[in-house]
Amino acid sequence: MATETSPRAMRTPLGRVRGLGSAKSGTHHWWMQRVTSIALLPLTIWFVISMIGLAGAGYLETLLWIGKPVNAVLMISLIALTFHHMAAGLQIVIEDYVRNEAQRIVALLLVKGGCALLALACTFAVLRIAFAI
Amino acid sequence: MSDPRDAGMIGRRTDGKIVHRPLSPHLQAYDMMQMTSFTSIAHRMAGCAWAAGTLLLAWWLMAAATSDVAFARVQWFMSSFLGILVLFGLTLAAWYHTLAGLRHLVWDAGYGFDIPTVYKTGRAVLIGTIVLTVLTWLFAIAFWG
Repeated sequence: MATETSPRAMRTPLGRVRGLGSAKSGTHHWWMQRVTSIALLPLTIWFVISMIGLAGAGYLETLLWIGKPVNAVLMISLIALTFHHMAAGLQIVIEDYVRNEAQRIVALLLVKGGCALLALACTFAVLRIAFAI
Repeated sequence: MSDPRDAGMIGRRTDGKIVHRPLSPHLQAYDMMQMTSFTSIAHRMAGCAWAAGTLLLAWWLMAAATSDVAFARVQWFMSSFLGILVLFGLTLAAWYHTLAGLRHLVWDAGYGFDIPTVYKTGRAVLIGTIVLTVLTWLFAIAFWG
């Protein structure tokens, strides 16, 4: 066959794709979603159990719980990972369902910005309580 | 297009030309009572519900950091009928997303892809979600008193 003797057929698959643009971040987004999910597994279970313990607790009791160094550190870890995982997950949902490019970009920016702001607000609140006690 | 299943086979190439090929499950084309498609879309919906629930987490923490008056407002909402309903829904979503996420991690590791196992783990996730949600609330109510 003619194609087998053409120069194109002699090239390796790598040689054919080289120079056609970067693969960008590759599997980084997918991998980080797994990594954060694994870390969130024990953290979320700890959080649910803690919230059971705090059910019906008053203002001072809640502040004292958040302000405990171990709880404050675990809360901030939970906050950082939750919002990272949430931004990654919502990004996929938006990319799957929003077809118009302008709408997609606006939605993605709003979600990323919103997640960053919420993460900052939660972290600031925990730190403020922890340092005030 | 007389067969309704064809609705799941209509795709578009990047140049806009309509082509006939299998697509990912979507609500109009698939029977959502199948274990496979139901657990898949429910995982996504539970994730979105939990995402909305983080607004409550932020409100709770910011109010606690602000003042006792602000905190009392959160507590009033959380112990209202609507608040309890929302918290119960979030507990359900959190346990479901956790257990179904664990199932996804097992798949990512390359195990449990055959249909009997998929149905078995799907049932385990659904039953586990109900059991853990009920247990969470039984303990919460016990602590409340």
